[in-house]
Amino acid sequence: MSVSHTGTDNPNKGSKSHGVIAGKMLLLACAMFGFGYLMVPLYDIICDITGLNGKTGRVSVTAGLEVPVAQDREITVEFVASINQSGSWIFEPQVKTMTVKPGQLYHASYYAENLSSHAVVAQATPSVTPFAAAKYFNKTECFCFTRQAFEAQGSPKASKDMPLTFIIDPDIPINVDRVTLSYTFFRSPEQT
Amino acid sequence: MSYNDVTHHAADDQDHDHDHAEHGPAPGLMRWVTTTNHKDIGTLYLWFSLIMFFIGGAMALVIRAELFQPGIQIVDPMFFNSMTTMHAIVMIFGVVMPAFVGLANWMIPMMIGAPDMALPRLNNWSFWIMPFAFTIMLATLFMDSGGPAGGWTLYPPLVLQMGDSFAFVIFAIHFLGISSVMGSINIVATIFNMRPPGMTFMKMPMFVWTWLITAYLLIATIPVFAGAVTMLLTDRFFGTSFFSAAGGGDPVMFQHIFWFFGHPEVYILILPAFGIVSSIIPTFARKPLFGYDSMVYATASIAFLSFIVWAHHMFTTGMPLAGELFFMFSTMMISVPTGVKVFNWVATMWRGSMTFETPMLFAIGFVIMFTVGGLSGLMLAITPADIQYHDTYFVVAHFHYVLVPGAIYSLMAATYYWMPKWTGNMYDEKLGKMHFWISTIFVNVLFFPMHFVGLAGMPRRIPDYSLQFADWNMIATIGAFGFGFSQLMFVYIIFKCVRGGDKATSEVWEGARGLEWTVASPAPYHTFETAPVIEPATVTR
Repeated sequence: MSVSHTGTDNPNKGSKSHGVIAGKMLLLACAMFGFGYLMVPLYDIICDITGLNGKTGRVSVTAGLEVPVAQDREITVEFVASINQSGSWIFEPQVKTMTVKPGQLYHASYYAENLSSHAVVAQATPSVTPFAAAKYFNKTECFCFTRQAFEAQGSPKASKDMPLTFIIDPDIPINVDRVTLSYTFFRSPEQT
Repeated sequence: MSYNDVTHHAADDQDHDHDHAEHGPAPGLMRWVTTTNHKDIGTLYLWFSLIMFFIGGAMALVIRAELFQPGIQIVDPMFFNSMTTMHAIVMIFGVVMPAFVGLANWMIPMMIGAPDMALPRLNNWSFWIMPFAFTIMLATLFMDSGGPAGGWTLYPPLVLQMGDSFAFVIFAIHFLGISSVMGSINIVATIFNMRPPGMTFMKMPMFVWTWLITAYLLIATIPVFAGAVTMLLTDRFFGTSFFSAAGGGDPVMFQHIFWFFGHPEVYILILPAFGIVSSIIPTFARKPLFGYDSMVYATASIAFLSFIVWAHHMFTTGMPLAGELFFMFSTMMISVPTGVKVFNWVATMWRGSMTFETPMLFAIGFVIMFTVGGLSGLMLAITPADIQYHDTYFVVAHFHYVLVPGAIYSLMAATYYWMPKWTGNMYDEKLGKMHFWISTIFVNVLFFPMHFVGLAGMPRRIPDYSLQFADWNMIATIGAFGFGFSQLMFVYIIFKCVRGGDKATSEVWEGARGLEWTVASPAPYHTFETAPVIEPATVTR
């Protein structure tokens, strides 16, 4: 284990090698600061791949095409709605449950109404349980893909029906017979 | 070449010092502001951490006073939450970390035979940032929106609901982080570059080894923490949505980033303690450290494992089964290298000619009570059990056992062990032993009952509790006040030792080994200006 000893006889002589090692360590510190930020996309990727955290499947491009429908399976889909902040909202699914066959395209919708006296923009975020089912739950169209604008209460544009089209992948694990799709409604940050 | 030859060279060093008297400390207060001397800066760090120890301790007593009886008696719940949060921040960043850095400053150059730290001016900055950072941090308690009250883990969205003093907290954390990283860079540079010829890595004392590894942990994790709090800052004030679900972010992600820092951080708080205990036990057992090589590898293994266990703090967030199993087993694996260390300490004492001076008492207290904390940690590692224990007083009992009779005891042991070297005077042995026994009784009265109320389901961080927890809480509070006030004894002993006492020899302890014991007591302002000659047979650890 040979290491430069230049610094020992005269402390000033070694200052160059001190600079090198301090520089390397500083670089490591900066890289780790970057790594902290890198964990943000990494986290999303890992959640996406594993369906962890109930992140639903990506928009399936093949969804519109013919997918073999699993006629022999029935899955109950439950729709849940919740509101994050204590805002004046009505937010609820039009139907509470549906019985679906994997591989077939279904339509559902949620109703939302702004009860406050000013216009708001809102965003819904989905979550699927059980997590194991999340990545087989594909949405081809969803009000959660974009922000939703609402006028103040009284205006006809204060409320709307928001559509949702989904298809469950026939590869969904055989032990899953009930899937809960939950939406949480948030006021968009810009509005606060 | 033997031990005596090194002593001889050290004596040369002192003659050298007399020739250059102008290199002594500058007179007056500016000495402490402008100093680049590793011993001065070490002293500053140690005094700073002693003061913070009493500030953080006073906060703990506010918490325990409120918990003396069920119901809200003394402080309002918001202030109680501020106290739990601030107590943690002060004790971690203001007491344990600076105290270890202070010891590193004092001892590492003397242990490896270097004249000073590698980057003395940076060293001055590393220290002087801290008092300012903590002034800002503590000032938040006096601001309109109050101090941070969401726990030291700063979880969003709760922490984002704090008032505008939030910005001050983040700013202070950034500065503390900069201080730690600069201090660590300095320690790494010192250990790599300042060792004299012959001082190979495997001749370094264990304290130097543990600090080298700790410094790497700090450099690798503190910036991640800085990144996480920066994200909180931009979420709060600049409209980003890293942790806000409304904007597509995820609050659970903060926990992952935080604990990626947070878990190595807990080893940052304990590895130097392992080094201290590994120095003290051989001295008073009058035997070399048993299994030195395995100690080095165990320390490195603990450091490596600390990076892959972070999610054991998050078993209740709804991880998939595979994740829970991975983090459970990797966490349990840490008990292997830790066990190696504990057995090595015991084997060092085995058939040694042991004496029980105060540093040894604290070191043995460390080994026993740290192991108690380690075992409750093993219980917490079991995922299904942790779901029951999570956020209860059982967790509080666990980490206080590893931190108070663990890290803090190692600091007290280190103080008693090296104080004669720092001051040139022996401390009052009788008072030191009294301090140990009183502290040890009260620390167990304080923390042991927390296991019971925790297992019975008492949640942490809440100022009120149900009646069935009342008795044990009352006992814990009595222990807290006993332990807190007995630390005044520690301060008295330190002052008494600084002011005078029996003169210490340069070796101080009969069984002491290592280069720091070859210089005079008190250690001259400059040591090892000429590199000591270290032959393969020289005892350096």
